[in-house]
Amino acid sequence: MARSLGFIIVLLAVTSICDAVAIFHPISESHRSAALELFSPAAGSFSGLEEAYEALRTFEVLGIEKPDTKDHTCNSVVDTLSSSSSNLKDLYHSLRVNGLLKCKTSKEALTGTVSRLKGGVKEATTLLDYYYSVGGLLLVKDQSSEVDVLLGNADGILRSIKALSQSDGRWRYSSNNPASSTYAAGVALETLSGVISLAASAIDENLIGTLKNDIVKLFDSIEKYDDGAYYFDDKVIDASGHQGPLSATSAVVRGLTTFASTSGTLNIPEEKILGLARFFLGVGVPGNSKDLYYQIDALSCLENNRVSVPLILSLPATVLSLTSNDKLKVRVNTVLGSIAPPLSVKLMQVFSSGSKDAPVLKEELKFDPKEAIHTMDALPEGVDIGEYVFAFEIVLSDPEDKRKYATGGRTKVPIHVTGVVGVDNAKLTLLEGDSVESEKKLNLPGKNDVALSANHLQKLHLSFLLTTPLGKPFKPHQALFKLRHETGVEHIFVVGNSGKQFKIALDFLGLVEKFFYLSGQYDIELIVGDAAMENSFLQPLGYVELDLPKVPEKATRPPSQAVDPYLRYGPKAEINHIFRVPEKRPPQEVSFAFLGLVFVPFLVFLIGLLRLGVNLKNFPTSTVPATFAILFHGGIAAVLLLYVFFWLKLDLFTTLKALGVIGIFLMFVGHSTLSHIASVSVKVKSA
Amino acid sequence: MGKSPTTKDDAQALFQSLRSAYSATPTNLKIIDLYVVFAVFTALVQVVYMAIVGSFPFNSFLSGVLSCVGTAVLAVCLRIQVNKENKEFKDLPPERAFADFVLCNLVLHLVIMNFLG
Repeated sequence: MARSLGFIIVLLAVTSICDAVAIFHPISESHRSAALELFSPAAGSFSGLEEAYEALRTFEVLGIEKPDTKDHTCNSVVDTLSSSSSNLKDLYHSLRVNGLLKCKTSKEALTGTVSRLKGGVKEATTLLDYYYSVGGLLLVKDQSSEVDVLLGNADGILRSIKALSQSDGRWRYSSNNPASSTYAAGVALETLSGVISLAASAIDENLIGTLKNDIVKLFDSIEKYDDGAYYFDDKVIDASGHQGPLSATSAVVRGLTTFASTSGTLNIPEEKILGLARFFLGVGVPGNSKDLYYQIDALSCLENNRVSVPLILSLPATVLSLTSNDKLKVRVNTVLGSIAPPLSVKLMQVFSSGSKDAPVLKEELKFDPKEAIHTMDALPEGVDIGEYVFAFEIVLSDPEDKRKYATGGRTKVPIHVTGVVGVDNAKLTLLEGDSVESEKKLNLPGKNDVALSANHLQKLHLSFLLTTPLGKPFKPHQALFKLRHETGVEHIFVVGNSGKQFKIALDFLGLVEKFFYLSGQYDIELIVGDAAMENSFLQPLGYVELDLPKVPEKATRPPSQAVDPYLRYGPKAEINHIFRVPEKRPPQEVSFAFLGLVFVPFLVFLIGLLRLGVNLKNFPTSTVPATFAILFHGGIAAVLLLYVFFWLKLDLFTTLKALGVIGIFLMFVGHSTLSHIASVSVKVKSA
Repeated sequence: MGKSPTTKDDAQALFQSLRSAYSATPTNLKIIDLYVVFAVFTALVQVVYMAIVGSFPFNSFLSGVLSCVGTAVLAVCLRIQVNKENKEFKDLPPERAFADFVLCNLVLHLVIMNFLG
C-alpha cells in the first residue's frame, strides 16, 4: 500500500517535470517560403476576395513582396463596391483587400457602400450581419476621412450583440440557432470592439465591464497541451464550415486583442497569452493556405497587443558537444521574430534525465547585442554527456515592461550533451579452469587482430572500462559481443557492467548446444554505441578457432542462413499459367448432319398426319368463335416464339413477365374457344 | 399345302391381327400415337448423337432428350384421358384434357428452354 502510494507520488513528480518541456521557435524563413508556395495565385489572380485578403495579409505580416495581381484584384474590388447586388459579406471582403492594396475608389462608391453598411447594421439580426457591416464601416474609417461612419446607437448595438452571448463565454450566431461556438465568440469580440471605436458618443462603462467579464469567462474554457500550449477548441461545426482549434483560437486571439486595444487592458493571466503563442508556434509550418493565414494572423495580433506581448525563448541548437566545446546559445524574440526589449536570461536549474530535483544555479547568460543572442561560455559544472532539461528564466530589465510582456516564468528546454567516451583497459582472456591460458590486450576503438584457439572446456573473457569526459562511469545503449561462424551463424551476447567495468564471460562448455556444435573459426566483433557517444564503434576484433565436440543425433540443426537479400527482391521464376483446355467439339459436318436427322421424324410426323386424313372440318365458321380460335392458335404460337427469344437473348425475368401477359390472354381465348367446341360437340351428340 | 404353322407364319398372323385391330381406333387417337412416335424418335436421334460426339454440354443434351420424353409422356396422358373406351375419365370433356396438355407442354418447354443454355 505504502509502496504503491510512493510510486504514485514519484510518478506525479516525474510528470510535473515532464510537462512543459518543449522548445518553440518564432516565425522563420520556412514560413515565408511556405507562404509563397501556398498562396501563389492560380492563373495569375486569386479565386475570390476572401482568399485574396488572406494571401495579402499573410504576405504583409511576413514581409514578402505582394504578387503582381494588383490590377486584377483592384478591378474586382471596385466592381464589388460599386455594384448594388453585392451583399454585406462581399462589401466587407472587398474593403479589407482595399485596405491592403489601396485601390483607387471613388467617393460615390464609398458613400454608397457606407450607407448600405449602415443600413446593414440597423437591420442586422445575426452575428455575421453585425460583423460584416461594423467591420466594413471600421475599414472605411481607416481608408477615407471624408465619409461619416460613426454609429449613433452604439449602446443599443452592443446590447443586441451581447444578447447572443451565452453564460459560458461562447456566442451564438443568431437568436434562433442554439448552436454556439468559440469561433463565434472571437468574431463577436472583434465586432464589439469595432462598435466601440465607431461610437459617436461615449459608451456605458458598466457594459464594457460586463463584456470584459465575458472574456474572462471564455478563457475559463481554454484547453491545454502538455508542452504548455493553450488553445480553444470548437467541437461544433458551424454554418460557415469553420472547425478545429486553429481557426477558433485564431478568432479568439483576434477578438481579444482588438477589444483590448479599444477598451483597455484585460485581466488575463500572462501564462495563457504565452500558451496561446506557443500553440500557434507549435503548429510549425501548416500545410494549407487557410491554416497558414490563421496562424500568421493570430501571431501578428499577439505581436504587439495591449494585454501582454509573449516573448519566446528558443535555442538554435539543443545538441551540445563537449568535444568541440559548444557554447549554450539562447535567443529571446517576439512571436514574429522581432527583437525583444532589454532583458537578461538566467539559467536557473539543470535537471539530469529522470531526476526531479536539481540545485538552483541562477547563472546569467552574456548578451551579444550584434547577434541578439544570449550565450553561456561554459556549461555548468558536472554536466556530463547525456540528456538534461535546462530551466531558464527571463528577467526584464525595465520593471515597467513586466506588465506589458509575458515571459512565462521558468521555461524548460531539453538539451542533449554529447562527448567522446574513453575505452580503456580492454583485454580478451582465454582461461582454462581458473588459470589464464592467454591474454591479449586490445586497442579500442582502433583496429585489432586477435587470433585465439580454444576448445569447449575453456572460457573466454572480455573486459574494458568506459568513462565519460568527466571521468564518470557510463552505460551505453548498446554493448554487444558478437561471434560469427564461417557459415554465417551469429551469436550475440550483451556485455554487462558494474560501474565503469564492462565484462562478459563465455563458458564454452555451457554454450556448446547454443552454438549448434559447430566447430571452426568464429569472427569476434564488439559493438558499443549510444546517442550521446560521439565515438560509437563496431569493431571486428579478430577470430577464435573453436573446437567443439561432435554433433550428436538429436541436436537441433543450425538455422539456414538467409539468402542474399538482393536475391529476395530479384526476378522470380516465370509462372506459366495453365489455361482450361477447351472441350473437344465434334466437327461441324457431323453436327449439321444430325441437325438434319433431327428434323426427319418431324417430316415423318407431318406426312403421317396427311395420310391419316387430318382436316380442319371442325374449325368454327361463324365470326366470333372463329376469331377466338385464330387468336388461340396465335397465342400458342406467340408463346413458342417467346421461348425462342428467351433462348436467344432474353433473361428469365422478362420472359416470365411476357409469359404472364400472354398466358392470361391465352387463358381467356382458349377457354372461350374450347368451351365453344365442347358445346358444339355436345349438340352433335345429343342431335 | 398342309404344312404345320411355323413361327414365321405365327408372327405374321399376329402382326396382321394387330394391324386390323389398330385401324379400328379413332383418328384423333392415331394422331396422338403418331405424335408420340415422332417425339421418341427425335429423342433417339439425340441419344445417338451424344453417343457419337460425347456428352459436352451435358445440360443441353438432357434438356433436349427430356423435352422429347416429357412431351411424349404428356401426349400419352392426353390419349388416356381422351379415349372414349376409358371408363375412368368418362366425365372429363376432351377439350379440358387438351387444354391441360397445352398448358403442361408450355410449362415443360419453358423449363427446357431455361435449361438449354
